[in-house]
Amino acid sequence: MKSSVKKSRRSFRHQLAQLVGFLMLRISVYSVLFMILYFFYDLGSKGLGAISWEFLTQAPRRGMTEGGILPAIVGTFLVTLITALFAVPLGMAAAIYLNEYARAGRLTRLIRLSIRNLAGVPSIVYGLFGVILFVNLLKFGTSILSAGLTLGLLTLPWTITASEEALKSVPDSYREGALALGATKWQMIRTNVLPYSIPGMLTGAVLGLARAAGETAPIMFTGAAFYLPFLPRSLKDQFMALPYHLYIMATQHHAIDKARFLAYGTALVLIVFVVLFNLGAILMRARLRRKWRH
Amino acid sequence: MISVKKKSILGDLKESLIQKAFQTSGLLAILVLLGIFALLLYTSVPAFKEISLKEFLTSTRWDPTSPERPEYGLLSMLASTIMVTVGALLIAFPLGVAVAAYLSDVASPKVREIVKPVVELLAAIPSVVVGFIGLTLVSPLLAKIFKLSHGLTALNGSLMLAIMALPTIISISEDSLNAVPVSYVEASLALGANRWQTLVRVKIPAAISGIIASLMLGMGRAIGETMTVLMATGNARAFPHGLLQSVRTLTANIAIELGEVPYFTTHYYALFGIGLVLFLMTFAINLTADLILEKQKRKLK
Amino acid sequence: MENSHIVIPEGKPKIQVENLSLYYGPKLVLNKVSLIIPENKVTAIIGPSGCGKSSFVRVLNRMNDLIPEARIEGRVTMDGENIYDRDVDLVALRKKVGLVFQKPNPFPKSIFDNIAYGLRIGNHRSRAELEKIVEKSLRQAALWGEVKDRLHQNALKLSGGQQQRLCIARALAVEPEIILFDEPCSAIDPIATAKVEELIHQLKQDYTVVIVTHNMQQAARVSDYTAFLWLGELVEYDRTDKIFTNPANKMTEDYITGRFG
Repeated sequence: MKSSVKKSRRSFRHQLAQLVGFLMLRISVYSVLFMILYFFYDLGSKGLGAISWEFLTQAPRRGMTEGGILPAIVGTFLVTLITALFAVPLGMAAAIYLNEYARAGRLTRLIRLSIRNLAGVPSIVYGLFGVILFVNLLKFGTSILSAGLTLGLLTLPWTITASEEALKSVPDSYREGALALGATKWQMIRTNVLPYSIPGMLTGAVLGLARAAGETAPIMFTGAAFYLPFLPRSLKDQFMALPYHLYIMATQHHAIDKARFLAYGTALVLIVFVVLFNLGAILMRARLRRKWRH
Repeated sequence: MISVKKKSILGDLKESLIQKAFQTSGLLAILVLLGIFALLLYTSVPAFKEISLKEFLTSTRWDPTSPERPEYGLLSMLASTIMVTVGALLIAFPLGVAVAAYLSDVASPKVREIVKPVVELLAAIPSVVVGFIGLTLVSPLLAKIFKLSHGLTALNGSLMLAIMALPTIISISEDSLNAVPVSYVEASLALGANRWQTLVRVKIPAAISGIIASLMLGMGRAIGETMTVLMATGNARAFPHGLLQSVRTLTANIAIELGEVPYFTTHYYALFGIGLVLFLMTFAINLTADLILEKQKRKLK
Repeated sequence: MENSHIVIPEGKPKIQVENLSLYYGPKLVLNKVSLIIPENKVTAIIGPSGCGKSSFVRVLNRMNDLIPEARIEGRVTMDGENIYDRDVDLVALRKKVGLVFQKPNPFPKSIFDNIAYGLRIGNHRSRAELEKIVEKSLRQAALWGEVKDRLHQNALKLSGGQQQRLCIARALAVEPEIILFDEPCSAIDPIATAKVEELIHQLKQDYTVVIVTHNMQQAARVSDYTAFLWLGELVEYDRTDKIFTNPANKMTEDYITGRFG
């Protein structure tokens, strides 16, 4: 008996299952995409009206029903700077240890396990930790320093992971070549590994910092202020921050309806910052990949 | 003729000092994790001078500011957290796995290059903005659909948390699907299965442990998320009886009360106790997910 | 295959390997290898792939130290100093023993900076001095004429054969006494190969050269002595003309006549 290679009824049924199955997958993807784009559209269309030169360059006025968000923009920028100064070098150093020095073993496994678990610790728990450690024990008070360090701990697992990726992308032949020419291990890392991995490390760091800049829970109790008419002048000052300001404007304001359009404006500014940071990092990453390809 | 003997030990010393410095930074990760646990424990212990552990874990009433008899039971909030999380995963898990399957098996490289950054962008939206969208856009919609006075309910929280959990579920599931060896897929296709059958009968079963890990990591995210639920669920203290009720989760409760509580009171310590519970829950979940992923990695090697 | 077949080459011994065994974890890679490598000669190491010949040259400048589970037994002495002694300075050793890798591995720096790399990490030298050594090394590696007008161009832009000669020049610049070549021609074309072989031939006037190759014609063309390794054991070591015309061991004969490998 010969078997036919023509389409049978059974194979038709299978074809139909595939068609329906793939259609379901497509619908899922399109609904997710639609949802994301709709969110951006909603924020964009409602927030754009609030954005003006005044909004971006002035402090809130009249019980935060008028004026702008400059202190929050500057505050977020400054706290992120502290976060960066703390977390980026530490993250790089830990990554250098893991990728260049550490040998496979229990200690290394434990470090990696800790890093992965740190990435899953809820942000409010970081906030609590910051309150005990930085605000109380180290006596930094509720300040931009405490908040920046708390955010720094939160970003640490991301910067370590991103830095390690960057180090891994440097071919081993550069390391062997340097050692064979009589470089010490540190000379090899400094002259023949870091120069080629730092751009990638910084890209990863920018992505992590963009996420940190949008966090609210870790800074709520460590240094972010409800309202401050001035910018922080020292590390011990409190500060306004965009995400916390949005939370306040959206839920804690005495005249919520009056302030709603300002809240939309704040949300839009926050999201534009975050998206710009991300796009910048993604473009940078793409350029780096092209550079490494030859 | 060059001698290869050491001239001085100074160079060795320098190198080993440098190594020690880097090692210390690596060890910091362990230290921070242990430190979080230790300090949370240390700060929550004083609460149990006045509260019994049994009350804390099994009472449904949380009323620390009652002038007659303050009560510290976290069960209602725990139930709310679980309810909102389960609701979120019921939405995000099927949707996320579907998107992951689409990206790994259906999408052309070009489509993938558009969809992936958009999903990454979703992961980049701050939780406070997601909460804001829940508050201003989704909750009025829910109020209209279900004819409620307001839409700030567990369901609203679940929907918004689903958005927060989606990127994690998508990326881990997609990684697991991509890690399935091509030979499995080829064998299945060669036996006459079509792509859908191969996906459902071969690829997903082979990647199942990673997909489950993605579910757990998504769960960890949802349980620990603060701002989204804080802004979207209405924060009523009662024990939750349905998705259309306003609820207060563990995280939201900390966020609401820590700002107003006087330092170093029983109430203050009790909030750190809630933090400890959150830490232990997410730690257990993440550790399990981690073990699953490690095992899968070894298996697929 | 014990010590019976040890051949003492003519000339001054530069490297003495005595009962060298190398393990990667539980795996035995080299088994009690003993041989003497003479100064200012080219010694070739041949054998089928996986016989341990690359591992053998990496023992000589201790690049195997990078492999965490590598372990060594026996002695390796250079000019009478055991290079596995505790008081050996790895940096000094690797400056004394240069290594040219199988695949050209120029750093993504300019041609000039590639050659100057080993000098700059050593001690500070003036720009003029650097320029002098770079030129000298490039001339020695027969690359000067091709690159003298573009010393500041990225080295990755060079062709494969040029890259390999650059790597040779880079090794020469630190003024080693011994140069190890680990299958230096396996990744480059025949014309470039001829240039590299010519170069190796000239280098032996000033240096001791050890070359690993799976190409027997190459070993016959460039070397004075040849060692045949098989499954981690030294089967035969002798003058190259003797090995290729009148090998003492049947296995060597089978290998060089292409009956296996």
